[in-house]
Amino acid sequence: MSIAVKNIRKTFGAFTALDGVDLNVRSGQLVALLGPSGSGKTTLLRIIAGLEYADPESGRIQFHGEDVTDVPAGKRKVGFVFQHYALFRHMTICENIAFGLKVRGRRERPAKDEIAARVAKLLKLVQLDQLGGRYQHRLSGGQRQRIALARALAVEPKVLLLDEPFGALDAKVRKELRRWLRRFQDEINITTIFVTHDQEEALEIADEVVIMNNARVEQVGTPQEVYDRPASPFVYQFLGNVNVLRAQSLAHAGAHAPTEAMLEVDGQIYVRPHDIEVLPHVPGAAGVVAVLRYIHAAGSTARLSLEQVSTREPIEVETTRVTLAGLDLQVGDLVNLRLRQSRSFDDDFSI
Amino acid sequence: MASPFRQRSVLPGFGLSLGFTLAYLGLIVLIPLSAAFLKIAGMSWHDFVAAVASPRVVASYRLSFGVALLAALVNAFFGFIVAWVLVRYSFPGRRIVDALVDLPFALPTAVAGIALSAIYAKNGWVGQWLDPLWARGVGKLATVVPWIDWKDWLGGTLAFDRPGIFIALTFIGLPFVVRTLQPVLAELEPELEEAAATLGANRWQTMTRVILPELFPALITGFALAFARAIGEYGSVVFIAGNQPAHSEITPLIIITKLEQYDYRGATAVAVVMLVASFLLLLAINLLQKWSRRFSAV
Repeated sequence: MSIAVKNIRKTFGAFTALDGVDLNVRSGQLVALLGPSGSGKTTLLRIIAGLEYADPESGRIQFHGEDVTDVPAGKRKVGFVFQHYALFRHMTICENIAFGLKVRGRRERPAKDEIAARVAKLLKLVQLDQLGGRYQHRLSGGQRQRIALARALAVEPKVLLLDEPFGALDAKVRKELRRWLRRFQDEINITTIFVTHDQEEALEIADEVVIMNNARVEQVGTPQEVYDRPASPFVYQFLGNVNVLRAQSLAHAGAHAPTEAMLEVDGQIYVRPHDIEVLPHVPGAAGVVAVLRYIHAAGSTARLSLEQVSTREPIEVETTRVTLAGLDLQVGDLVNLRLRQSRSFDDDFSI
Repeated sequence: MASPFRQRSVLPGFGLSLGFTLAYLGLIVLIPLSAAFLKIAGMSWHDFVAAVASPRVVASYRLSFGVALLAALVNAFFGFIVAWVLVRYSFPGRRIVDALVDLPFALPTAVAGIALSAIYAKNGWVGQWLDPLWARGVGKLATVVPWIDWKDWLGGTLAFDRPGIFIALTFIGLPFVVRTLQPVLAELEPELEEAAATLGANRWQTMTRVILPELFPALITGFALAFARAIGEYGSVVFIAGNQPAHSEITPLIIITKLEQYDYRGATAVAVVMLVASFLLLLAINLLQKWSRRFSAV
């Protein structure tokens, strides 16, 4: 089922949480709402779920072309998963999963053994078949979240909404669970939106990433699009590491072929750490001269902290450990830097 | 010197604090209570039975425990509503209402009894309107729930009869329920209700299947406290009950009456019966509570 959000506004008193947001999600996709805290991503998700309502004069929400703006949460056929699981403590795992079926009216409610069969199937689906009789306090965080997912799926929702589903889990479980979610979503192919502030998570598993900032959508695109072609300085800085350098200082150093526009506005240059090449220092050669301050060599790549000599601007560089070994550098050495790829934004471009 | 009860911690003092606790409880609770048992140890069985099982005393047990139970049940229900309103909604004057809840704790019980009997009396502010309504209400109740003799329990005038006892016990028990429920209700995650809503539960189902079961242990605690307090209440009840022998006479009053007649042993015997009965009731409530907490980690 596709989801269309049209010009949604939401204010809490003087605070604007969503400022005219549009969003289209195609059927069967896994979409990440990514942004810093306070960017409005959770509010948007809750409005899509019907747990919150947009400002009355603002836009509409449609599921598969059908307007659901005023439909209450229970009738939207959405599955919602909360960051802190929100499992019912006084029910066993099985009872939790069966809840959505048991509260149905007598005519729509499946028979008892059918409910039990469906619960067993869902438990199998989330790979926790052994735990049905337990209460939630005996489960780990990752297990609880999978049960919460099973509970949400029991009512056969058309849309799955997850609010920071892995936010409360530790790093390792988080990684496992998000890959599991990706495979899982491929299997059952349900339109899914999840909220996260973890860019790695969004870039790894989403079909499409929606980057939000300050109550607005900054950019929508596939993970590769948003990472390689950020639409704004915010997206550049939010996704991955980036060096922000003053264009003029680079121009003077002869390191960069500056456009005239860049020189006029004294714009800023955005360079990813892995797009900078480190060369041995040759006095008088073209390029940015920097002094090496620190080497972080733990991990698959080596990170170098440098300082541009003329402006004292800090620069971060990522390189392979083999290259680093070839250069044979010591802290305090001078090096030349070459920017393989960089980007600038006109001032009026940044919002 | 490793003791299985002793664990190194940031704040030491296990021995000292446990010692103090035992000595304190011994002085304040255990010794006075055991003195009551010692006092009746000298009684013959015949005297004991005569003191605790005379029709007038038995009628008072029935009244004390029955009306206390009724009042605690009513408090559990209305206290829940009060706690809900105080936690869930913000409205002008909420803090004042919140403070009012504590008044029954602070007010001298005699003052409460006199004030209640003054306004609920037939010519009082409230009594002149409520008295006829009450009689009709009790009549209605008797037709709806016929297996309890409501006219016997709650019939008669509001003040100076059995309904007065019910009113006084409800008054003094209310804060126990409200104050035990409030923090638990405030801690209750709104996500639980939202989860229930997205799963298709209607409001009634969310309330009865999600919220109430989560609150049930706290509700029982509040109920037990209100009940225990109501069983032992004396000061406010004697002013409003009318104190007709074998009809609106509570057990604590029987004890006082016996004391005034210098029948110390008889008074103690009745007290011991109350003590044992209360203990058994609270034990039962505790077991119920343990069962209701079966799903939680601690």
